[in-house]
Amino acid sequence: MTAAPKIQVRGLSKRFGPKVVLDGVDLDIAQGESLVVIGGSGSGKSVMIKCILGLIAPDSGSIVIDGEDITKLDRRGRERVMGKFGMLFQGGALFDSLPVWENVAFGLIQGRGVSRGEAKAVALHKLAAVGLSEQVGNLHPSELSGGMQKRVALARAIATEPEIILFDEPTTGLDPIMADVINNLIVDCVHELGATTITITHDMHSARKIATRVAMIYGGRIIWNGPASAIDSSGNAYVDQFVNGHAEGPIKMEVRPL
Amino acid sequence: MGFLAAIGRAVLHLLETTGSVSLFAGQALALSLRPPWHWRLIARQMMDIGYYSLPVVGMTALFTGMVLALQSYTGFSRFAADSAIPTVVVISITRELGPVIAGLMVAGRIGASMAAEIGTMRVTEQIDALSTLATNPMKYLVAPRLLAGMTMLPLLVLVADVIGVFGGYVVSVHKLGFNPASYLKRTFDYLQVMDVVSGLVKASVFGFLIALMGCYHGYRSRGGAQGVGTATTQAVVTASILILLSNYLITELFFSRQ
Ligand SMILES: Nc1ncnc2c1ncn2[C@@H]1O[C@H](COP(=O)(O)OP(=O)(O)O)[C@@H](O)[C@H]1O
Ligand SMILES: [Mg+2]
Repeated sequence: MTAAPKIQVRGLSKRFGPKVVLDGVDLDIAQGESLVVIGGSGSGKSVMIKCILGLIAPDSGSIVIDGEDITKLDRRGRERVMGKFGMLFQGGALFDSLPVWENVAFGLIQGRGVSRGEAKAVALHKLAAVGLSEQVGNLHPSELSGGMQKRVALARAIATEPEIILFDEPTTGLDPIMADVINNLIVDCVHELGATTITITHDMHSARKIATRVAMIYGGRIIWNGPASAIDSSGNAYVDQFVNGHAEGPIKMEVRPL
Repeated sequence: MGFLAAIGRAVLHLLETTGSVSLFAGQALALSLRPPWHWRLIARQMMDIGYYSLPVVGMTALFTGMVLALQSYTGFSRFAADSAIPTVVVISITRELGPVIAGLMVAGRIGASMAAEIGTMRVTEQIDALSTLATNPMKYLVAPRLLAGMTMLPLLVLVADVIGVFGGYVVSVHKLGFNPASYLKRTFDYLQVMDVVSGLVKASVFGFLIALMGCYHGYRSRGGAQGVGTATTQAVVTASILILLSNYLITELFFSRQ
């Protein structure tokens, strides 16, 4: 491990008012790696990923991508670095004023200046890759089921074949079969594109399938990270509790008994 | 002391808001005037603001012109000054009522829908998604609306002027017993280019303010459906107040020395 990491996060901190969400996150992601970040709801996973994307300005810390600290870049520079990213948002975030194919083609048309006709062909190809037909391409996002929306969002995230792809809870809210379909799609995409990916999830089945490495976020920090194969023998009580899904353990939920 | 503190807080809040609106406006205007332009989006907004507002604006202008003639008559006939009615109607409409009424109606119609649309895009992360697809959301969402607002409101007001004067004409001729030919002649006798031009300048400013308030409040909205609702209300209220305020200022600018 002498090669410089693709993404290097150091001391990343962010608070909203009095609420400290990230409290010094340190994380390295190597080129071509598939990192899965696990952690409870509200533990700051989405905030972390949005900091890496440049959508939220951190209070302190550095985020170095390909040797460039993006927290120090101006708007132009950030836009340029953002061109390396593809993002699957937790809620899909599909543009509901545009038909499905145009959602998928959006990055090509607006960002890369590809002609509409050409971009549509690429979009339909990507849609087919996630198992959606041309007819679906002409529908609007509001006419799709949750699973289909996730697949469209996935197609949109990979349409420009970005170097780094971020998946925010790609399987949450889906039935187990559809979740596995999405897992397979993610694994395939990553293989084909050779992209570096960060996936956020609290679905352990999904984590085991996608990850080459796993990191756990708790209390605003990365408390453990290691190869996916070591996840059951981490020796970390927090990780064990999360992986096995126990209510009892060092992670306390603030609930009052009935 | 609590009273003074409350005033202080309100003043600070006002200054802060003024600052952030100005910043937003400056950024959006700069992007609006710089190529490339999103013609498709500009055209769609022009249709929405210009064409689809015609019925509402036309109807309100018609009734305003009618009631203006009626009220002027009850006042002026006491001094045997009925012959001033055509002049009063046309000058009131072109200078003040046309722009203000069109502005207020469009603020209700368009300001609200802009805030709702952009606010929904904000809370469903569609605005974040735009950024990740190499698209500047200000350029893509705000600039077309500002451009369409500034160009379409003057056209709407031109139509409102004609319909408003026609309303006054109809009441004067059919109800108050004016001679049609001499009513029309008197209408144009004292009308100056400046009367119409000042109204169109006002309209353009109003169009800018309506779009700015709709976009600003939508863009800044947070907190789900309730946040979008608040943004919508604020867009309409602030646009209406700014319209009436700037109307006074522009009138003073154009006519204070005459
Ligand atoms: N824009 C924001 N303003 C205020 N608080 C926020 C904002 N975004 C996230 N938070 C808070 O940060 C915490 C972490 O949120 P998030 O990263 O979305 O959690 P998750 O790990 O489930 O993705 C939550 O408590 C949330 O309330
Ligand atoms: Mg989240």
